[in-house]
Amino acid sequence: MEFIDYYKILGVDKLATEAEIKKAYRKLARKLHPDLNPNDKNAESEFKKINEANEVLSDPEKRKKYDEHGKDWQHAEEFKKQQQNRQGARNSNESQFYENDQGDFSSFFDSMFSGSRRTNQTKFRGQDYNAELNLKLIDALITHQQTLTVNGKNIRITIPAGIENGQIIKLKNYGAPGANGGPSGDLYITFNVANHSQYKRLGNDLYTSAEIDLYTAILGGETIIETLTGKIKMKVSPETQYGTKIRLKGKGFPIYKKEGENGDLYVTYQIKLPINLNEEQIKLFTELSNIK
Amino acid sequence: MQTENIVSATEFCKHNNIEINFIITLHASSLIELIKIKEEVFIPESQLKIIEKILRLQHDLDINSEGIEAITYLLQRMQEMQNQLLLLNNKLRMYEEN
Repeated sequence: MEFIDYYKILGVDKLATEAEIKKAYRKLARKLHPDLNPNDKNAESEFKKINEANEVLSDPEKRKKYDEHGKDWQHAEEFKKQQQNRQGARNSNESQFYENDQGDFSSFFDSMFSGSRRTNQTKFRGQDYNAELNLKLIDALITHQQTLTVNGKNIRITIPAGIENGQIIKLKNYGAPGANGGPSGDLYITFNVANHSQYKRLGNDLYTSAEIDLYTAILGGETIIETLTGKIKMKVSPETQYGTKIRLKGKGFPIYKKEGENGDLYVTYQIKLPINLNEEQIKLFTELSNIK
Repeated sequence: MQTENIVSATEFCKHNNIEINFIITLHASSLIELIKIKEEVFIPESQLKIIEKILRLQHDLDINSEGIEAITYLLQRMQEMQNQLLLLNNKLRMYEEN
């Protein structure tokens, strides 16, 4: 546990007046407030620091104690006394705005001021939590359940098929507990869906490529195409050109929360030219070439 | 038909130690929606989160209602831009690995 210089955090002098401290806090809070910086964990963490500094320096009693014991807090008699009471204070149900399971106040603050936090009569909704979940493309293909650990709590969630990369879902009341009897915040989960080496996804549509040999491309025939859900046999039209794109309706990605509905699969044909030709083949290709 | 819970504005204000006029002002600024039933004002559940956020901004940052209006508008624009950015990033990802 390190000493925290609250004056430095707020960027004020040790002799700063209450008004100067308030002004410095407001200035930083307007920049870093979580409501003004949604999903910015860095801003949230910085806001907690300035909030803690303001909590101490704006309260004459706490400021006096901090100034007296500040750097020597580890040796302060009061600290020892409070340390004994610390466990009890931690077990209390006291809840503060912006507090989460990890605590919004540093252990340094807890050591010096545990049990002396300012009480607020206004009921506040708890802070929202943000979490990220990484999925493979194939995982997003079917509705399934996963267990997430958020702030020490295991939460089992159902992930609907067709979830998009970057999509955020909200779990109501799974955020931080409210303050003074207010409701809990919400949990926002951002899904990171990884790309697939063979398939590219754009919305609900999938894009892939398939190789066909030269003879099938020219004369037409059949080819087997692999989709994410299995193989399908496709007819290839005669004189199919390199780069021809075909659409397989309903063979794309499941549409989010629309059971049984899928996007399309687009397949681009790549024509594989024969190599290591034998004499007969060369002869026939030459004949063909002369015919043109 | 979708249904939504509503909360009496008077009760909400009593609970949060705020004046009913504050809620009315937010409504007048189009920041929140209210429902009036037989002269009594109710707050739809979906609006509670917005009001609570506004209360936090007032409480923590000392911002007046005009400032909150401007912030709300800018945050909405920021959210729209983030959604657009996400969409474009997903499109770009498709070509990047080709």
